[in-house]
Amino acid sequence: MTNEELKVSVSALYPAITFDETGEFLNAISSVAEFRSVMKTLRHNKELEFDFLFCLTCIDWKTHLMMVYHLMSKTHKHVLVLKVKLDDTKDPQIESVADIWKTAIFHEREVFDLFGVNFKNHPDMRRILLDESWDGFPLRKNYVDENMISI
Amino acid sequence: MAETEKMIFPAQLHQTADGGIVVSKLDDIINWARSNSLWPLVFGTSCCAIEMMSAADAKYDWSRFGFEVARATPRQADLIIVAGTIVMKMAPVLKRLYDQMPDPKYVIAMGACTISGGPFFYNTYSVVKGVDHVIPVDVYIPGCPPRPEALLHAMITLQEKIKNETYFGPSKTIEK
Repeated sequence: MTNEELKVSVSALYPAITFDETGEFLNAISSVAEFRSVMKTLRHNKELEFDFLFCLTCIDWKTHLMMVYHLMSKTHKHVLVLKVKLDDTKDPQIESVADIWKTAIFHEREVFDLFGVNFKNHPDMRRILLDESWDGFPLRKNYVDENMISI
Repeated sequence: MAETEKMIFPAQLHQTADGGIVVSKLDDIINWARSNSLWPLVFGTSCCAIEMMSAADAKYDWSRFGFEVARATPRQADLIIVAGTIVMKMAPVLKRLYDQMPDPKYVIAMGACTISGGPFFYNTYSVVKGVDHVIPVDVYIPGCPPRPEALLHAMITLQEKIKNETYFGPSKTIEK
């Protein structure tokens, strides 16, 4: 499916989703409330069938956090990037997609480790790279490390 | 010590009718033996380790200087070459390895990462800014990564340091 066709199919299913085509891929921006249902549809809809989650990450924009999911369909050879805005930077929460794509188990642990996003219904929500006793989330913009040299 | 004197046995031979008597100092004999048989620990955390392996292979061949018996356990090693970035998570492990080595023990800090945290990662939450925050260092080798020749040079420098150590007499200062 081309980006244009993807856009039409996704909009038909979820009219609330907005699109942004500035990057390499087609970006779809979803709301937190709809997110879980959108992801399930993207995975299981026969026309879309995004069977491969090849990147799961987060961006700290200071005012909010943005979850980014790179999805690919090996059957249809198309790519979609789904983004979700998290407004609560104190205690960011989102539904886990670990039951839809198993790879998300590790990726979500990494995002939790470095950004502090809590994934609801994740089977094993704990740090993955850093020490269990680590204080704070190092990739957050407000992270303070007195050992770091500021210029 | 002159270049040629370095490798020879540190003693004088006094000829007698049916052979000879060797006269030397215990310190010199012990240090000669120790410095020419330094067993390094197999320890490498990143790209410097590749250069370290290269120094061990046939082309650079560190066994020429007595380093070939690389040990996979700290309990049998004299020397730890810290070859690569040490992160906060690795630091306690490195400390434990060092503590497990029997005395006398030596440390070579190989490359920019172990000296100061590295050219790329020095200002990162995860990297230790110099391995000397964790364990004492005898020889530093700059470079990113240092060439095998540089590592050999550092090891020979360490041998010189060992040759100037003392068990029985007052400590000698390193010449030059």
